[in-house]
Amino acid sequence: MPEYTLRIRRFDPHSGEAPHWDEHAVKMRERDSVLDAILAVRGERDGSIGIRCSCQQGICGSCAVRINGKPGLACNTHLEVAAARGGGAATARPSSGKGSDDDMGSYGAVIDVEPMGNMPVIRDLIVDMDAVHWKKIRRVTPWLIGKQPVPEREYIVGHENMVDVTQTMACIQCGACVSDCLSMEVDPDFIGPAALAKAYRFVGDPRDAMQAERLKDLSEDESGLYDCTHCFNCVDACPKEVAPMSQIMRLRRIAGTDHQIKDRNNGYRHEHAFVNNIERNGLLHEADLLPDSYGGKFHPRAVPELISSLPTALTGLRRGKMTVGGALGHPHKAPPEVKRIFKTVESRGSRVELNLYVSGVEEEPGDKPTESESR
Amino acid sequence: MPSHDVLIIGAGLAGQRAALAAAQAGATVAIVSKVHPVRSHSVAAAGGINAALNPEDSWESHAYDTVKGSDYLGDQDAIEIMCSEAPNELLWLEHAGVTFHRNERGQLGTRAFGGASAARTYYVADITGQAILHVLYEQLMKHHERLDRYEEWFTTDLLQDDGGRCVGAICRNLRDGQLELFNAKSTILASGGAGQAYRPTTNGLIVTGDGITQAYRLGALLMDMEMIQYHPTTLAGNGLLITEGARGEGAWLLNGNGERFMERYAPNKLELASRDVVSRAEQTEINEGRGFPDGTVALDVTKVPKRRTLEALREIVNIGRDFAGVDITSEPIHIRPGQHYIMGGVKTDSFGRTTIPGLYAAGEVACVSVHGGNRLGANSLLDTLIFGRRAGEHAAGLVNSIPMPNVPASRVLDTERWIGAILRRDSGGRRIAAIKQELGDTMNEHVAVFRNADGLASAHATIRRLKEEAQKAPVDDRGSVFNQDVIGAIELDYMLDVAEAIVVAAEERKESRGAQFRTDFPKRNDAEWLKHVDISMNGADVPKVTYSPVTITRWQPEERAY
Repeated sequence: MPEYTLRIRRFDPHSGEAPHWDEHAVKMRERDSVLDAILAVRGERDGSIGIRCSCQQGICGSCAVRINGKPGLACNTHLEVAAARGGGAATARPSSGKGSDDDMGSYGAVIDVEPMGNMPVIRDLIVDMDAVHWKKIRRVTPWLIGKQPVPEREYIVGHENMVDVTQTMACIQCGACVSDCLSMEVDPDFIGPAALAKAYRFVGDPRDAMQAERLKDLSEDESGLYDCTHCFNCVDACPKEVAPMSQIMRLRRIAGTDHQIKDRNNGYRHEHAFVNNIERNGLLHEADLLPDSYGGKFHPRAVPELISSLPTALTGLRRGKMTVGGALGHPHKAPPEVKRIFKTVESRGSRVELNLYVSGVEEEPGDKPTESESR
Repeated sequence: MPSHDVLIIGAGLAGQRAALAAAQAGATVAIVSKVHPVRSHSVAAAGGINAALNPEDSWESHAYDTVKGSDYLGDQDAIEIMCSEAPNELLWLEHAGVTFHRNERGQLGTRAFGGASAARTYYVADITGQAILHVLYEQLMKHHERLDRYEEWFTTDLLQDDGGRCVGAICRNLRDGQLELFNAKSTILASGGAGQAYRPTTNGLIVTGDGITQAYRLGALLMDMEMIQYHPTTLAGNGLLITEGARGEGAWLLNGNGERFMERYAPNKLELASRDVVSRAEQTEINEGRGFPDGTVALDVTKVPKRRTLEALREIVNIGRDFAGVDITSEPIHIRPGQHYIMGGVKTDSFGRTTIPGLYAAGEVACVSVHGGNRLGANSLLDTLIFGRRAGEHAAGLVNSIPMPNVPASRVLDTERWIGAILRRDSGGRRIAAIKQELGDTMNEHVAVFRNADGLASAHATIRRLKEEAQKAPVDDRGSVFNQDVIGAIELDYMLDVAEAIVVAAEERKESRGAQFRTDFPKRNDAEWLKHVDISMNGADVPKVTYSPVTITRWQPEERAY
């Protein structure tokens, strides 16, 4: 069996000691999980290692930690996957010497296990989820406010609608996305990926009576819907493919398109400027992007934005990344293939959203699981 | 000292449903759980929840299937209540926000499940338990002003007054190790089963029989403890659950020779016979050399259209990929029967009342008995919700007739001494993990799909020895903040009591019925054994066996074939 050096970040608030790394040499199979390794060490050598865990199958959401720098569930991260990620050995810190008397030189890949970020550590790998994660969940009015009158039997709702919100229902509230949310690092008040995904679970549910009110509430909050910077960390972190950032984008789209809610950061118009830009040019023509995001070159709001962007433009000119002629005299000719894509998409009767949960039961040859779900 | 009309211990589906019902009825409620409520093991229930909601279905048909599934050991009055109340409970869940699968007309849609004569299982992909649990927790947050949540508090003792009435509990706040005495007019145990007494098991690490043992030590009767469900499809290596929904959607079981062996055991229902029947068939194939070399048979999910698998069985696609390295949409996966559920538990009536005044139980911790010798798939979620609600409502109905108890605060000193003694154990003893492992292996070897007198006697002797060893098992952690080590010592202690009750009941029942198959008594024997085996402690450390009758309302025992 391969050998690993399991290094666990330890912290005991009563000890008066700073957090430290605890090293354990383990012999385990490649497909054993990081949690298996931690539990083996806990069972055989040191019962004081603190980690929440229960189901061992990625469904209870207890055991989210950082493994070699990446947040995720300890129970469904294989040792070989964690080891391949590297980071542990490369950033080897001096050992405290505690908990191991093995000759470390003979052991293999280093696997660092740390508590999640963005949440205070209570003990070892246990963080205070209530103070951060659950507080944010409570912020989004996390229960269905059913349309009235409540039907005698079930609400009649499209098959696809339920499949659609099931993607966010699949969230196990593990906190991995919260752990590595960059916006939350900068603005601890940011409602955050998990809670906004939870919000989509109600906004996207046709039984909910408060779609507009929910979106208005989340939009008006300075640390709300428009505080996300699209860094994709939450999408990478999520062990259940909930894709919180995608849910945030869908909330914004419904807010802008269906409820004419003004985007605090002008992101909605910016997004449209991108789409129109591609439609006209095929490839992105950056010189038009900024003015178009503010209503065109001569729009009163665009002028100050253009002036403030002059240094960037000058740098671009100096480094040859753009030319005056290219910026002003662009032909705006998109190739026919691009035009055809736009035509196909725009001819659809309803908006199409990507969703991991596939609808329908027909088997087609070469079927791909990623296709769309219409709303 | 917190005082509430109703104290609920455990926050899975039964506990949360009880809490909501009691609060709705006007009671003050505390709900205490050793883990955050959404971590409770109800979260792992995959396949669905049964209800005869379709106009062409009937609750009587559901009830008959349940009675037959129970091998006629279920109490038919309780089964009638559960099945007749199921449709309204399902609609309550739908209105509360559960994202149940819809058919093409936008109505609630169903899938087929084992042992059922109609497709009456309602579901959310294969995360039904998770979806319902999270929605109930949404409701707990919504009604927070009437419901005090104590999340990550471990219950150490149930309290009893001089008259024998249960008057609350002592709980330890895991966050800081402080003990708190909870006074309550009524206490509802909803702390789940005891799967961790087995290895492997589909149950989470938290499922350690706490409530069963707490009630048992208070003097409550346990019932049907010998009835341990082995689920037909658990992963070969680690015992993880592959939902029955897979077979409901059309997956086949194949032996090592590629034969669809269920044709020989259950020619009509095939893979969708009762779980005890399918598990026995698989184990027979394996024992008679027709399995795979790793002691398994195969589940072939490729019979299900791929798009359907990806939509409705997504979780097991993940489990296959993450835990077995198998893409179940393109190849069969090796499975075998594995410990999954305990039909027995703390004996209750249909309002959840145990034999101890003031103490209720609901969900897997309890035995009503609606599952008898064998539980049908998708009846456990129903059991938790129906009897959780009924217990909550019943307890709330008594708040004006019971004075608030006032247990002396000094009672926590006993608990403090007990925990202190665990913390001070010498380091010489056998480790908790090693004892637990031997217990799990012993139960899985001798108290499994097939049992006999010698094996059971050997298991009993092992458990007696492990009980001694457990009293000396050292803990490494002497701290107060999230000391999971000391909790582990207490949980081990609980599991050993549950295991002994299981073995004693299995030794007692000298026939084969439901999940209890005695190779030395291979036939069902209604003349002598159409009765419940009850286990009680009554002070002595030796389980005492008594019997209680099975309630039969309209379905006389018949030969059982699928």
